[in-house]
Amino acid sequence: MYSKGFRPLALVTVIAVLASFALVFFYAPNDADQGFIQKIFYIHVPMAIVALGGFVAGGLMAIKHLRSGDRSWDMRSYVAIHLSIILGLAVLVTGAIWAKASWGHWWVWDEPVLVSFLVVFLLYCVYYPLRFSIEDPERQARYSSVFAIAAGAFVPINFAAVRMAESFTHPRVLSQTGGNLPGDMRLTFLVCIVAMTLLFITLWKLELTAKHASVQLKRLRTQLEAPRLP
Amino acid sequence: MPALPLDEAGRYVAGAYVVFLTLIVIYVAIIGAKVSRIEREVGELLELTEREPEPPGPEEAGQSPAVQERPEAEQSTQRAGLEAPPR
Repeated sequence: MYSKGFRPLALVTVIAVLASFALVFFYAPNDADQGFIQKIFYIHVPMAIVALGGFVAGGLMAIKHLRSGDRSWDMRSYVAIHLSIILGLAVLVTGAIWAKASWGHWWVWDEPVLVSFLVVFLLYCVYYPLRFSIEDPERQARYSSVFAIAAGAFVPINFAAVRMAESFTHPRVLSQTGGNLPGDMRLTFLVCIVAMTLLFITLWKLELTAKHASVQLKRLRTQLEAPRLP
Repeated sequence: MPALPLDEAGRYVAGAYVVFLTLIVIYVAIIGAKVSRIEREVGELLELTEREPEPPGPEEAGQSPAVQERPEAEQSTQRAGLEAPPR
């Protein structure tokens, strides 16, 4: 069910990721201000965008679950959120590395972009204990979906915080005038975003396939181990 | 803050990319381990089904007297039909 088209998708993802790395290190020029350290931008920002997009997608899938009652949408929502949390962790770590190199500090508490992303990340970390503290599968799915919808609605607030932030410590790349990136950097950035999105979708399908197989296996085992009726 | 020299900046950039790749590799390894476990359990279930004797079919299993009488009743009905003189 979920493994349909997985192999070509995985192949395209590997090619896209390798192409993005090649563009980052052999095509995109060094930044005039930050020098070589700016290369972190090409994984940090796409990961952040895809992570936030994954949280919103998890919320949308949760809406579909509540509307249709189809538990497969809950599973899709869970995996999307799960992956986004992992990417969010990578965003925080790579951001801290970049911050140390650029600003001399691992973290800056008076920077709204950083703090709002951390708040969103910690909010979604609550998803796991909420979900797995409920034993009944139907209630677990329903409550998780409600949480995913509410938290997903909070993500655009995080994005708005970037826009409204008056402090320019955190670099602003995209703007209403088209962005502050020159052409070759912009192309590299777009390829990195596409590669990161493909990577997210590939890993999402991979985990869904494994989870679906696990559920079917459990069902099969229950049926085989049930006492036979005379 | 002025740009770091290349050797120093290189370490930070390498660190960031290593973090990213490590997380991906760990994630794929965990999923791979899950899939291996599923494959192993499917193999065990297959062995379980092959080891268990086949459940008896409806013809071989002991039938209730009502069921046993039915074919005889049908036979007697058929016999009666055969024995009835044609009109």
